[in-house]
Amino acid sequence: MRTDDLIKALDADATSKAMPLQSAWWLAAGAAAVIAAVVFLLTIGPRPDFMAAAHTMRFLSKFVFTIVLAVSAFALIRALSTPGASTGRAMVGMAAAPVLVAVAVVLELFMVPEALWGTKMVGSNMMICMAFIPLIGLGPLAIFLWMLRYGAPTRPVLAGAVAGLLAGGLAATFYAAHCFDDSPLFVATWYTIAIAALALLGALGGRFFVRW
Amino acid sequence: MSGKDEAELSRLMRAAIAGDERAYADFLHRIAALVRGFARRKIVQGGVDPEDVVQETLLAIHVKRHTWRQDAPVLPWVYAIARFKLIDAFRRRGRRIEIDVDDIAETFAEPETETVSERDINRALDGLSPAQRSVVSAVSVEGRSIGETAAKFGISETAVRVSLHRGLAAIAKRFGQGRFGRE
Repeated sequence: MRTDDLIKALDADATSKAMPLQSAWWLAAGAAAVIAAVVFLLTIGPRPDFMAAAHTMRFLSKFVFTIVLAVSAFALIRALSTPGASTGRAMVGMAAAPVLVAVAVVLELFMVPEALWGTKMVGSNMMICMAFIPLIGLGPLAIFLWMLRYGAPTRPVLAGAVAGLLAGGLAATFYAAHCFDDSPLFVATWYTIAIAALALLGALGGRFFVRW
Repeated sequence: MSGKDEAELSRLMRAAIAGDERAYADFLHRIAALVRGFARRKIVQGGVDPEDVVQETLLAIHVKRHTWRQDAPVLPWVYAIARFKLIDAFRRRGRRIEIDVDDIAETFAEPETETVSERDINRALDGLSPAQRSVVSAVSVEGRSIGETAAKFGISETAVRVSLHRGLAAIAKRFGQGRFGRE
């Protein structure tokens, strides 16, 4: 087939419509949040003293970390799924959550006696954390990988990993409402491992599932 | 000249997305010439036919045109897709090449004309269902309109549009997965 002939066919299909990618991303984010919320409420749910805990800095700081991660990953994945879009600023933005966690860890090390560091880090919930962050994030990750297929990521493996970070940030935001371990030492260790698992899964999905 | 090209091409693409077929044909012809120049300059040793890259890029531009932000310049979007498809073409043929990712010079590519040879797209076309293949061939190679194609096969225009749309999407998908023959 000559290129001019191909153009005739593409032109005849000019009127077919698809939702603009940027709008679709917002829909996908909404759907992913709903799925994560449903899985969360049907399984572990919020901790009983949620309202009381909401007055403590350590409890609230968990949401700052996870929401900042989700917001920065959302900005980056929208750029990564658009060919030619500049990703520099969004990449820099990805450092925000790790920097905040690092600062909180340093503060925590000053405030907590050395003898308690180990206890704070190991916490009481690490297995639940490692199981439920990936579990809650699985549905959102599937949606985000599907969105990458709908988009056109020129770096599919990286985009897949960011899809995992986004799903992880979202899932961890819900999980944080359940977990009794509020120390940044716990968050920096176990949340990171659980979210990294989702990022790895996302990168694999990007490699094998996101073809265009 | 690049700035003027950019403004004109963005305008054509916006009109195309709004449903202006003439603007879309104009846009695709200009893009084909630019991408042809780009591919010919990047492919210095054999193995990959530049025209295959042109066709794959046009198909990807078509099925992914909802990823272009209408307030962004269109040429960086086009060249990002062309570069991705070029690298993909080399990867399929088992060789690695270095692409200068920020080569701004490609925006100044001179339009070039097509050469004819056996095309990857023909192999991809062979993988379609018979109904899709005959509709795509009628509209492209035979140059029939949607109405003429509908009359030829005795089906509705809507059915022609659906077959065409699905057929093009299927070809683009096969290109994306590298499943169309040539080993």
